Amino acid sequence: MSFSDDQLTIEGLSAGEGSGRVLLLACGALAHEILALIRINNWTHMDLQCLPANLHLTPDKIPDEVETAVTKHRSDFDKIFVVYADCGTGGLLEKRCDDLEVQMMAGPHCYSFFEGNEVFASHAETEFAAFYLTDFLVRQFDSFVWKPMGLDRHPQLLEIYFGNYEKLVYLAQTNTPELDRLAEQAAERLGLPYERRFTGYGDLANELVAIT
Amino acid sequence: MSDEEEDLILSELSDDDLVLQMMDDLYDGMKEEIIESVNILLERGWTPYDILTKSLVEGMAIVGIDFRDGILFVPEVLLAAGAMKGGMAILKPLLIETGAPRLGKMVIGTVKGDIHDIGKNLVAMMMEGAGFEILDLGINNSLEDYIGALEAENADILGMSALLTTTMPYMKVVIDTLKEQGKRDDYIVLVGGAPLNEEFGKAIGADAYCRDAAVAVETAKELIARKHNAREA
Repeated sequence: MSFSDDQLTIEGLSAGEGSGRVLLLACGALAHEILALIRINNWTHMDLQCLPANLHLTPDKIPDEVETAVTKHRSDFDKIFVVYADCGTGGLLEKRCDDLEVQMMAGPHCYSFFEGNEVFASHAETEFAAFYLTDFLVRQFDSFVWKPMGLDRHPQLLEIYFGNYEKLVYLAQTNTPELDRLAEQAAERLGLPYERRFTGYGDLANELVAIT
Repeated sequence: MSDEEEDLILSELSDDDLVLQMMDDLYDGMKEEIIESVNILLERGWTPYDILTKSLVEGMAIVGIDFRDGILFVPEVLLAAGAMKGGMAILKPLLIETGAPRLGKMVIGTVKGDIHDIGKNLVAMMMEGAGFEILDLGINNSLEDYIGALEAENADILGMSALLTTTMPYMKVVIDTLKEQGKRDDYIVLVGGAPLNEEFGKAIGADAYCRDAAVAVETAKELIARKHNAREA
């Protein structure tokens, strides 16, 4: 399967032909990681469809988009698992998934479940001034952070956006020196101290194992 | 921007044209021009209150509407707010001197564990522009911070803001504590922030959820008026 990060950000990824019994309906920001897990575990019964990752720029639209996709694909699969955390929907996505009788990821967002929701929650009170990036966000830093915030056009806004942050933490799903370099560069651009923390796939792997 | 606009001499515009130009400049986030125009109007004998309400507040109201309608985005709103702030910095001390009408006092801040203050700052600025006195507690506030400030300042309104799903439940902790202490009815409680919604506001016992700064101002005005009416009845 071939696709670009830009495609995952703007268009998402279409589902397969329904050959699997389980559809993973995911955020485009998670496509690489989910496909890696499918490959590693040989989960041939799972298909992946991704909604555009840039829905995160308007999280209030996520529940409706998820519902549309669930409704469209429900008859083609035995089970649909929504690979989104709350993702800024303030509990509305969870409620919608409950109404649709489909399961979803636990946790507030992907930073949390990649690190492990329990671990992430354990340092919530001491690390709330950290700005987190994942592998996808490192690769898509300009599309997801720099440009939507207008920092390419109005660099004077940097202090307004990031003045309260104390560090940038790169939660790394893979050991990729190039991503490490880009993440450090992003921290420099934001004027923040840099920290890298390897997480692997965290609770994403655990939850997908649980539904197999 | 056209050459014609670049050559515009603000001091040569009539009052009406200058006010319209200020709204344009505010929309375009042109802080220096706003500062210059505010000073021109002051020199022409305008009261600080009239400058604030007829140019800056009206101009920001247009920005707010276009933001709500998806015509403007956060960066543009922040630039406009920065321009308004420039004008407010000149007017604020003068407003205090001239005793402009005050609608009430608001204590505002982001909740414990939340450093995201862009929305809170916009609300504080617009509330101030609308005639409310603001005590801005900044970021990461505990219930003791909020309740202590409400009492010390004899405030009318509590404004709490959160950007994170993980921090927004703290608003309920603050409201529940106010209830336990028998103080809940002493204050109007307004809540806001990206992951919040009306349902959440109701569930935690706030008086209102405000989706943006303009709604916060209108809601505060309405609830303050209702409170005054209730006192007089």
